Amino acid sequence: MKTDDEIGEEPAPFGVPVMAEPHAELELSPDAEPVARSQWQLFRRRFFRHKAAVLAGTVLLFLFVVCFGAGWFAFYDKNHQDLLLGPTAPSKEHWFGTDQLGRDTLTEVLYAGQISLKIGLAVAFISTAVGAVVGAIAGFVGKWIDQLLMRTTDLFLVVPAIAVLAIALKRFGQSDDTIILVLAGLGWMYMARIVRGQVLSIKEKEFVEAARAAGASGPRIVVRHLLPNCLGPIVVNLTLGIAAAIVTESTLSFLGFGVTPPSTSWGNMLSSAEGNYSINAHLLYFPGLMILLTVLCVNFLGDGLRDAFDPQAKH
Amino acid sequence: MLTYCLRRLLYSIPVLLVASFLLFGFVRSTFDPTSRLRASRDPSVVQAERDRLGLNDPLVVQYGSWLKDAVSGDLGVSSRTNEDVSSMLWRAMGKTLQLIVIGAFVSAFIAVGVGVFSAVRQQSVPDYLITGLSYVGVAMPPFWFGLIAIQVFGVQLGWFKFVGLHSGDSTAYDVDYLKHLVLPVATLCVQIVASWSRYERASMLDALGADYVRTARAKGVPRYKVIFKHALRNALIPLVTVMALDIGALFGGLIITEQIFSIGGMGRLFLDALLQGDVYVLEAWMIVVAALIILFNLFADVIYGILDPRIRLS
Repeated sequence: MKTDDEIGEEPAPFGVPVMAEPHAELELSPDAEPVARSQWQLFRRRFFRHKAAVLAGTVLLFLFVVCFGAGWFAFYDKNHQDLLLGPTAPSKEHWFGTDQLGRDTLTEVLYAGQISLKIGLAVAFISTAVGAVVGAIAGFVGKWIDQLLMRTTDLFLVVPAIAVLAIALKRFGQSDDTIILVLAGLGWMYMARIVRGQVLSIKEKEFVEAARAAGASGPRIVVRHLLPNCLGPIVVNLTLGIAAAIVTESTLSFLGFGVTPPSTSWGNMLSSAEGNYSINAHLLYFPGLMILLTVLCVNFLGDGLRDAFDPQAKH
Repeated sequence: MLTYCLRRLLYSIPVLLVASFLLFGFVRSTFDPTSRLRASRDPSVVQAERDRLGLNDPLVVQYGSWLKDAVSGDLGVSSRTNEDVSSMLWRAMGKTLQLIVIGAFVSAFIAVGVGVFSAVRQQSVPDYLITGLSYVGVAMPPFWFGLIAIQVFGVQLGWFKFVGLHSGDSTAYDVDYLKHLVLPVATLCVQIVASWSRYERASMLDALGADYVRTARAKGVPRYKVIFKHALRNALIPLVTVMALDIGALFGGLIITEQIFSIGGMGRLFLDALLQGDVYVLEAWMIVVAALIILFNLFADVIYGILDPRIRLS
C-alpha cells in the first residue's frame, strides 16, 4: 500500500485527499470543519468496520505465526516418533492425538502448514503478477496483441485443470518449487481477464490522457497510473487466489501428485489418513480443519478488502 | 438468433483444434507409448513399434493422423488393457454421467430453493445461517467432505455404501444403487450448492429490488406470484449460464470424488492411465474433456442469448 507522500505528485485519484463520506446526521454543527481524509485512511476505516474480515485477518496472522514458528511453539520435535505409543486419540499430552508412528499430530499439522501456506502464497503472488502483466498489456496495447493474449487465456481456461496439473507435475517433478510454478502457470487467467477489463475502462480517463500529454511513456503509464488504480481488484483476487491454490495443492497432494513424503502438507497428511477410517478418525479431521479454517479466513479477508476498496460494489 | 449461435459455434472450432493440438503434444512429449517395450533387449523391436505408431513423424503429422482416426471414431488402443480407447471412454462416461446428471439436478433444486428463501427472508436468522454454511461449503476441500462423510455415514453409522455404484456384480438400479449414490452425490453437491445458492441469492435480491417487481406488487399481484413468476424467472437467467459452465467443468473435475468412492468413471480412468503412462487413453481423455468443456461454454453462451435477447445484439 502506498503512503500519501509517494503519490503526491501524481494526478491519480488514489491518495488524493477527498471529502469525508457523507453521514446520516441531519443536524450539522455550524462551525464543523470538513475533515479531509486520504484514500488510504478511508480504506482503513472501511476495512476495520468489517468485523468478520478483521477477525479472519487476526486468525490468519495467528496461523502464520504458529506454523512458521513451529520450532518454538510445537511441544514436540518434527518427526519425533514414539512407536510404542502408536495412534492415540486427542489427549492432554497430544491435543490433536498421534498417528501410526506415534508422532504428535498437532506438531505435524503445524510443520505441514509451513509448506501448504508457502505454496498457497507463492502461487497466488506469482499467478497474480503474471495475470496482471498479461491483462495490463492486453488492455493497454489493444489490437492484435490483445486478441492474441486473450485467445491464449481462453485456451488455458478450457483445459481440464487438475488433469493437466497432475501430468505436468509428473513430468517436471514434485519439488516445492515446481509445484509452485506449475500451479501458478495454470492460475493466472482470471486475473488477466479482470485486469484487462479494468485497464480498458481506466485508460480512457482524463488523468491517463494528462500523463500522456505530459510525455509519459507507455510502460510508465501502465506501471505508475494504470496498475495502481487496479489495486483493489488485484488485491481481492490475490486473496481468493491463495484460497484456490491451497485447495488445489491439497487435492493434488492427496492424489499423490503434489507434495510427497517425507515432506508433508495438509493434503498429503489427509491422503495418509485415508484408509484407516474406523480407528483414527482424528487424523482425518485436523489437517482438513486447518485447510477449511485457512480458506475460510482468506475468503472473509477478501470480502473485507473488497468492501474497503469499493464500498459500492455488489456481491 | 441463428447467426448468433453460428458465430459462437464458429469461434469454438478453432479453440477446440488449437487446445486439442496443445494437449496432444503435451501428453505425447510427456509419455512414451513404447515404454512397455523398454525391457526388450532388442532395440529394433522398439524401433519397429515406433515406426508402426508413426512416432518418428513430426508432431503435427502425428496429430493429423490421430485427428483423422478420431473423427472416424477410432481413438486408438490402450497400451494397458489392449482395449479400444473409445469403448473405455464410453463406459467411464456412463458412470460419470450418472453422477453429474443426478448431482446437477439435486444441486439445482436445493440451490434455487435455498437462494430464493434467503433472498426473500434477507437478513433473518435462517438467511445468516445459510450464508454462513455456504461460506463453509465453498471453503471446504470437496474430497475432505467426502472422506468425513465416509467416516461418519459409511463406517460409523453404516447408513450408506461407499465403494463403487453397485454391490458385487449387480447392475440393477434399485435401493442398493441409491445407497451407493448418496455419498458421492452429496460430496459433489456440497460445493456446487454453496456457490450456486449464493449466486441465486444475489441475483434474486437484484430481481426483487427491480422496478417491475414493485409495479407488480402495486398492481395487487399476490406476493408468492411476484416472487415465483416475476422475480424468480429473471433471477434464473444468470444462474443457468453458471450452471452450464460448472457442469462442463465437472466432466474432468470429478477425479477425486471418483477416486475416494472407487467409481470407475472418467476420473478413475484418467488416474489409472496417468499412473501407467497409457498415452492413447490420456490423449483421448484430455481432448474429449476439453471438447465437453468447450461445448458447455457454448451452451452457456447460447442459453444466455436465448434468455436475454440483449446479449445477442452486442
